[in-house]
Amino acid sequence: MIAFDQLQVEDVSRHFGRRRAVSHVTFTALRQSIVGLLGPNGAGKSTMLAMLATLLRPTTGVIRYGEGTERQHGAALRGSIGVLGHDLFLYPELTARENLEFFAGLYSVRDVGATVTGALTRAGLTERANDPVSTFSRGMRQRLALERALIHQPALLLLDEPFTGLDDASGSALLARLRALRDSGAIIVLATHDLDLAGDLLDRAIFLRDGRMVDAAERPEALRTLYRTIMEQPGSTKPTGGVG
Amino acid sequence: MFARIVWLVLRKDFTVEVRSLEIVTTALFFAVSCVLIFAFALVQEGRAPEGGAAGILWIAIAFAGTLALGRTFERERQSETLRALLLAPAARPAIYVGKLLGIVALLLGAELILVPLVALLFQAPLLSRPLWLAIILVLGTLGFAAVGTLFAAMLVRARSRDVLLPVLLYPITVPVIIAGVRATAALLQPEVDMAIISFWLALLTCFDVVFVTLALWTFEPLMTD
Repeated sequence: MIAFDQLQVEDVSRHFGRRRAVSHVTFTALRQSIVGLLGPNGAGKSTMLAMLATLLRPTTGVIRYGEGTERQHGAALRGSIGVLGHDLFLYPELTARENLEFFAGLYSVRDVGATVTGALTRAGLTERANDPVSTFSRGMRQRLALERALIHQPALLLLDEPFTGLDDASGSALLARLRALRDSGAIIVLATHDLDLAGDLLDRAIFLRDGRMVDAAERPEALRTLYRTIMEQPGSTKPTGGVG
Repeated sequence: MFARIVWLVLRKDFTVEVRSLEIVTTALFFAVSCVLIFAFALVQEGRAPEGGAAGILWIAIAFAGTLALGRTFERERQSETLRALLLAPAARPAIYVGKLLGIVALLLGAELILVPLVALLFQAPLLSRPLWLAIILVLGTLGFAAVGTLFAAMLVRARSRDVLLPVLLYPITVPVIIAGVRATAALLQPEVDMAIISFWLALLTCFDVVFVTLALWTFEPLMTD
């Protein structure tokens, strides 16, 4: 596992053929902070997360995890990154415990049994530990998927629409978990459309539109109003929130 | 570390398959149907065409293998678990080997049923030299699955993957299937010519070494972007 205390995205672009999914995006995410990638569908949020996760390489620009890039750190870097995608990365035929044990093994977690038991407790799934995931509700799967993403205690957690399909109680529980993770020292980057839940959570908001970073704001207040104002500006690429 | 990841992926695939029995039943049902149809079409008055048994056996293996390859990676695509595998700090070639061994094990399991069935329906002495037959089947299955696993993983995000997989797979694996058919047919002769069998086994071994090495070498860059 590679330890790092900041994530730097420097003038990153990603093209798919002639289409520019992400274009010249620059931002920094520090340890103990939650950064939100906000924007409409097709803004480039998921592509940005895939690049941060090392699943895609930038066409141009550099992503630094601490001092090094993905190529410099090698495969060990992936052991420092946790990803919770819109798809939950769980095997429906396996039980909750088997899923966690499998991923703990892939990440070479020490003391798999105790780690998995702890994760099941945090997910509130101790009594359903030996039930197949296919029998779980969306909220239960989401909680399990979060614990799967955190099973190796990553330094960087990437979340793509983590609030989708959650009821109020599950959404609040997820917010509390993310705050606790931030306080414990993790860097969290999340892409979301849920501005109401994200409003109280984000230390920094990055606004994307058509693959470009159109603005950024520190500890944004009245996020929905700010979002609407920024997205209605015609083609602005200069940050107005005081950060770059 | 490499072997541990291979084992984890293999054990996971085995557990998932035991729970669902999805690939085993579809691949086996298809392969057995294929053999039965050929038997009804080709066996006349209790006499099978010479060399037919070897060809039918390998056609059934190839078709069942294509089905199994497609479904194995479709399963990983549905919950995007292939992404989760690629996100792990494990060596990606180990993931490939784990998936490959799972496919090989599944096909060898299917062959345990197909071989006696073909021997019975085509009155072929397939089981008269079981060790040689086992070597031919293992080498042929490994070569077919080595190419197929790589292509199935590459195509997992392609929209027309179900069409593209056989289009890409069969032209490249034709040498394996031909070598498997010829070696098996040679084994069915009353006077077995070991020189012929050795030639085809050497060809199968070369194919396996080249394509497994190539797949291990290319899996990481192919799956990264």
